[in-house]
Amino acid sequence: MVGLHKSEFKNPLVRWIDTRLPVFTMMQNEYGSFPTPRNFNYFWNFGALAMVAMMIMIITGIFLAMNYVPNTALAFDSVERIMRDVNYGWLIRYVHMNGASMFFIVVYIHIFRGLYYGSYKTPRELLWMLGVVILLLMMMTAFMGYVLPWGQMSYWGATVITNLFSAFPIVGKSIVTWLWGGFSVDNPTLNRFFSLHYLLPFVIVAVVFLHVAALHITGSNNPLGIEPKGPQDTLPFHPYYTVKDSVGICVFLIVYAALVFFAPNFLGNPDNYIPANPMVTPAEIVPEWYLLPYYAILRSVPNKLGGVLMMFGSILVLFVLPWLDTSPVRSARFRPIFRQLVLLLVIDVIVLGDVGAHRPEGWWVVVGRLATTYYFLFFLVLLPVVGKLERPLKLPDSISKPVLGGGGPLPGGAPAKPMEKA
Amino acid sequence: MRRIPLARLFIGAALGGLLAAAPARAADDAKLPKVEWSFAGPFGTYDLASAQRGFLIYQQVCSNCHSMNQLYYRNLEGIGLSEEQIKAVAASVQVPGGVDDNGQPIQRPGRPADHFRAPFPNDQAARAANGGALPPDQSVLELAREGGADYLYALMVGYADPPADMKMQPGMMYNKYFPGHQIAMPQPLQDGSVQYTDGTKPTLEQEAKDVVTFLAWAAEPELVERKQMGVKIILFLLLLTGLTYAVKRKLWSDVH
Repeated sequence: MVGLHKSEFKNPLVRWIDTRLPVFTMMQNEYGSFPTPRNFNYFWNFGALAMVAMMIMIITGIFLAMNYVPNTALAFDSVERIMRDVNYGWLIRYVHMNGASMFFIVVYIHIFRGLYYGSYKTPRELLWMLGVVILLLMMMTAFMGYVLPWGQMSYWGATVITNLFSAFPIVGKSIVTWLWGGFSVDNPTLNRFFSLHYLLPFVIVAVVFLHVAALHITGSNNPLGIEPKGPQDTLPFHPYYTVKDSVGICVFLIVYAALVFFAPNFLGNPDNYIPANPMVTPAEIVPEWYLLPYYAILRSVPNKLGGVLMMFGSILVLFVLPWLDTSPVRSARFRPIFRQLVLLLVIDVIVLGDVGAHRPEGWWVVVGRLATTYYFLFFLVLLPVVGKLERPLKLPDSISKPVLGGGGPLPGGAPAKPMEKA
Repeated sequence: MRRIPLARLFIGAALGGLLAAAPARAADDAKLPKVEWSFAGPFGTYDLASAQRGFLIYQQVCSNCHSMNQLYYRNLEGIGLSEEQIKAVAASVQVPGGVDDNGQPIQRPGRPADHFRAPFPNDQAARAANGGALPPDQSVLELAREGGADYLYALMVGYADPPADMKMQPGMMYNKYFPGHQIAMPQPLQDGSVQYTDGTKPTLEQEAKDVVTFLAWAAEPELVERKQMGVKIILFLLLLTGLTYAVKRKLWSDVH
């Protein structure tokens, strides 16, 4: 559509810009009056929290990059210099380091929210799949970021993870050499990981933009999993959800600050304060906590290629989740069997994380295999079958009915516009 | 209300998982003795007198074998040394001073802007002088070991005669707390290893506590500033959370 936009803004400068480039109208539509289901619980904070975490990571990362040196001879010392001699360098680094953990905590809860309330179901399949792409990009970014301080875990973690690709027949070894830029993890590897670690966050930003754009086409899901039927079911995003998200952001920052200021190395591995040494293998090579469940799946399979495929499969299965779940009912509140199974999946993933932190010996092997089996059983067998067999509870007629307890007063603020999208 | 139990269950499970996933020391390792550290807890600060005594031990004992490459003499301001004292400490060692007019390497007295002098020019020299074992750099040693300060303290006081059934490698010492119990470092501290100038009695436990306080400071010189800033920031955030929640309640009062 060609032609000037008819702006409703009064301020002449805003109006001048908005007529030519209607960004103000867009913001108003998407974050101001955007009709949002009125019954969100606090689980719906976590998308906004992930956005905040991402911005904090990018800002602190840019300042770290000003002082970090991606060279095997200097990387470790340059990080220590940031900690000791750069003004508030310790603060920036600890915020970035723990920010990765906070980002993953928030995103994992966000994913749980989507699973529990069926946010991946039609028409939100693509929205969900974009989310899985973001998760994959986050994992790659976090892995490469962990290599940069060039401590023992950086070096050996990079060696183990890149070596996974050698499991592929014929091309495996060549892929690994290509990833390394040489015949072992060395300076070229560190150089390219730094470059990619700086690049990928901006790719994440782009995919997050698509994720949010898709969200604003379908509208948000809600704890009842039924679509809003009219203005009585929704609230304008601002001020209702801006203020509710703000409460969540404050609590998020308290937890984050507690980590950064009082236990900055709690989630880290002490071995990463030992400079990388290709001649000495640490007693145990473990990834960061947020990658432990996948590591457990990898090590639960006795065959290397099988383990690698299962590990990648554990994420890839999420892409087809919308088609694996055969139930038309979204929210677990109305799916008694699914509810038990999905909560068991949460426990299962936590158990996998615990297994990943331990040597694959004795009982840990058995537990790891059982937990891996349940993970895939849940997605590949239970979801399709339970969707067909389960008798869901009766869905409420509309969102406003259970929330208002049967016809309370409408909000005094401007009622949201009907679901028309830009 | 079904939401609250679910949220609690989830948060509880997540925290439990995090704690469980935090790597644990191997089960066969002896339990570390508990030490009251001045720098522990949210309001902890370094006991500077202890850190200074620890620095004395570092100078007289540790630095004979261990480097501390990340530190500069100027950093000693952080444990309360005056500018004059720092200059004197730095000047007491000879450091590489570049080359003279004939291109020959020269030594000069240290300055506050110099790195702590390393005892050996390279790792090979360090190994050669220590029976093949490399004394680790001590700059961030306190962060680089599971158990942190408690572990380093335990290591200092953990030397003993090996159990009768244990076969020791030649040149190795028995230590209750070292992984595998065979350590190449001879017992570095005994009762009276150093003479303290402030009248403190130099028992093994006292020396261990002092040197570990110094090592903790060396690894995390920002700790005091960090914790003090953290207290203020958490208090501010609690206030902000309260205010934000009040605003939220007020705004939503016409919806519920």
